[in-house]
Amino acid sequence: MDEKRFTVLDLLDLDLKEHDALELRCICGRKGLGRIISAPDINRPGLALSGFFESFAYQRIQLIGRGEAAYLHLLASEGREDGVSKIFSFPIPCFIFANGEPPAPMFAKAAEDADCPILLSDLSSTELSSRLMRVLNNVFAPKTSVHGVLVEVYGIGILLVGESGVGKSETALELIERGHRLVADDVVEIRCVSGNILMGSGANKVIGHHMEIRGLGIINVTHLFGVGAIRDKKQVQLICSLEEWDSAKVYDRIGTDEKTMDILGVHVPQLDIPVKPGRNIPIIVETAAMNERLKKMGYHSAKEFNQNILRWLESESARAVYFGRDDSI
Amino acid sequence: MIEKMTVIKNRAGIHARPAALIVQTAGKFKSKISLQKGDDRINAKSIMGIITLGAGFGTEIKIIADGEDENEASEAIDRLFQNRFEEE
Repeated sequence: MDEKRFTVLDLLDLDLKEHDALELRCICGRKGLGRIISAPDINRPGLALSGFFESFAYQRIQLIGRGEAAYLHLLASEGREDGVSKIFSFPIPCFIFANGEPPAPMFAKAAEDADCPILLSDLSSTELSSRLMRVLNNVFAPKTSVHGVLVEVYGIGILLVGESGVGKSETALELIERGHRLVADDVVEIRCVSGNILMGSGANKVIGHHMEIRGLGIINVTHLFGVGAIRDKKQVQLICSLEEWDSAKVYDRIGTDEKTMDILGVHVPQLDIPVKPGRNIPIIVETAAMNERLKKMGYHSAKEFNQNILRWLESESARAVYFGRDDSI
Repeated sequence: MIEKMTVIKNRAGIHARPAALIVQTAGKFKSKISLQKGDDRINAKSIMGIITLGAGFGTEIKIIADGEDENEASEAIDRLFQNRFEEE
């Protein structure tokens, strides 16, 4: 979906569940469902309804809560409709009425005339506005797609990248077989939410969790391994870059170097894993996941090991002074 | 780097078989080859990637090749599109 063309209809079509559900339905102005929502913001149009249009954020979704709805009813009962008709001269993407309270008939009619969609939700305006903000932020989050496989291993989202034919899918298959989960194969869509979290998911819901394995063709992971073997989305926390073993290249032998890859401005730890016959990549990836968890818990294997060595060397040299083995100090 | 616009001419669009043809052809070249539909760019050597594009009849696709044999590669891929993937 192209961000710039996110329409009101797309908002209604979003497949949102549980705490994200907006429970929206369109009650009038259907002709305007193609209107584009261009900003991930909402506006409470209280001032505009009372006739003050300076700095009116008309490009945003207009949210009408209990207060605004009551005011509209008052306007209707007093027959003051000019302010209402003026608000529809702005290209507003849509109005959303909260609390399941439909708008006053004159407002609905004005909206219908202006082809401006009015949506209704049963949620309270506070709850609706926080959910709406979250949903819009996700929709408008910067995104990119990466060629690789995203798997969840011991709770860590690992993105396997590398050239075609290096064995990304085969590694993922072995990981699934060992009880881990597939998020997306081949094309991973990554969104940067809240500025520092990379959320990865499959690019296309219709295609679902299929994988291509050389020699087998396309397989359906959900049917073969069960629903326990898949996951819809997962944060990308570690990148394993698989590459053909290059004897000229120096690989990290200690693990104290922190190499990262920049995705949408977020630095993700990256490991370069050389592939060659006899190296069991899935087990290396599994170990990397556990090591990453250990690091998150505050224990860095390589650094801790080095510190132990340093301590040992220090005590050795201190002992050397005591026993007078080295008189020059 | 070479960029080439092409249009999908077979009615069925890019389904599994045309995707396999593209991947096979792309795999013969050393260049990095990508296909782009709108803002989505995918690796032309990945079959799931191509299917994921969801490119139907009449869709405009940009072929991007980068590498030593980029001319031949983009030609060969474009030829597949022109020949309607040997369908119809």
